Formats: sequence, structure tokens, C-alpha cells
Amino acid sequence: MEVQGYIFAFLIGGAICVVGQLLMDLTPLTPAHILVLFVVGGAILSGLGLYQPLVNIAGAGATIPLPGFGHSLVTGTIEDINKMGFVGIFSGALRATASGVMAAVVFGFLAAVIFNPKG
Amino acid sequence: MENQKKQYQQKYEEKYKKYKPSPPLIKNALWAFFVGGIICIIGQFVQNIFIEQGMTIKEAGGPTAVVMVFISAFLTGIGVYDEIGQRAGAGSIVPITGFANSIVAPAMEFKREGYVFGIGAKMFVIAGPVLVYGMVTAFIIGLIYWLRI
Repeated sequence: MEVQGYIFAFLIGGAICVVGQLLMDLTPLTPAHILVLFVVGGAILSGLGLYQPLVNIAGAGATIPLPGFGHSLVTGTIEDINKMGFVGIFSGALRATASGVMAAVVFGFLAAVIFNPKG
Repeated sequence: MENQKKQYQQKYEEKYKKYKPSPPLIKNALWAFFVGGIICIIGQFVQNIFIEQGMTIKEAGGPTAVVMVFISAFLTGIGVYDEIGQRAGAGSIVPITGFANSIVAPAMEFKREGYVFGIGAKMFVIAGPVLVYGMVTAFIIGLIYWLRI
């Protein structure tokens, strides 16, 4: 079971990255466009109930790629709406993604202070 | 004379275009697949460690993201992540480690412009749009969901 989990994480996670690579090679989209597209795409798929099944199969293979970030934004929002109604629309998304965003800003700041760019 | 030279240049460019290899699609896709897949395996491994500590899958998501972001920030700091990225392309951009890299790399690059307008502002050059459109989309979906329940 455990090994199977890793295999699915590898296959699905890799496949999502291939989609990004093909978009990069075949369209004029820049990496920034692709990140935006993937987060929005993941959020929409999540809203339609199509992303959670992928997470159930692939685990980190679906949550580590950026569409998983969009998925967290939406599942958090829906959880909070279920809990507290309308105000949940404003709290759920950031509550569910707080750790990732907080870590990215804090570690990003520290890395920029400590390290210097090459060359 | 000048005209002739230009004509020749144009001809040469046309010829060159014909023989210029198209981007190595399959090779790039394979690199993206393997590197992206391996990053996800590492993510799964980290998540499993937190689950073994007694967390649910959902609870493990947050700390897993923190660990992955930390690894990425460190590798970006020492210049390794961008080296991986030259080969891996989307394989290193699409995972959450790529999101972290998109924050750390410009923050380092623009440090010389100061702590406020350099590090503070430039770290969101790419991550900013991602957060803006992600949050706006989540808001719209949340609104639709609320209207329907």
C-alpha cells in the first residue's frame, strides 16, 4: 500500500508537471502565467468536485503541485462556509493555506537576507 | 553593397530557421516528469512522517508544505534549485517548491534595492499574481457555493 502510494504520487505529480512543460514549450506562456493558470485551474476543478478524487489517489502527487494550492484555497473556503456561513468566504482560503504562505514569506525573507545571488 | 549584405543576411536567416531544431519537446517533458514526480515523492515521504506522528492526512498538509518550502528556499539560497530548474523546467516550477523558489529568487536578486522595495516588494513579483488570482477564484467559488446552499 505504501509503495503504491509513492508510485501514484510520482506518476500523477509528474504528469501535472508535463502539462506545465508542454504549455511552456508549445505556447508563449511564461512560467508566471502557468503558475497562475494552475492555481486557478486547481481551484475550479476543486469547486467542481473533480480535484479531491485525484488527491485521494495520488496524495502528495496532487497536493504538492500548484493546482493543489488552488484546491486547498477552495476546500478551506467551503469548510468555513459550512461552519459559519457567509463570513467563511473571507476566512477559509487563507486559513487552509496559511502554513505554506507563511513559510514561503518567512523562509524567503531569511534566504534573501542570508544568501547572495551567484555571479 | 549594403543592400546585398542585408539580402544575404535575410536569406541566411531563412535557411537557418529551416534547420533550427524545434524545442526538444519529448526530452523536456521527460525531465519535467521525472523531477516533478521525484519532488512529489519527497512530499509524500514528508507527509507520511507527519501522519506517523498521529496527524490526519489533512492536518499533515500544512507542516508538509512548510518542510517543502524550507527545502526549496535553502536550495535556492545556495543556488542549487535554479541549476535543477535549467534542466527540469516545469518539473521544478509547478510543485510548491517552485512557488517558494519564485519568492526567494527575486528577493535575493533585488536585495541591493533595499529591504523594503527590494526584498519586501520584489519577492511577490510572481507569487503575488498567483495569490491574487487564486484568492479571487476561491472567493467566487465560495460565493457560488454559499448562494446554492
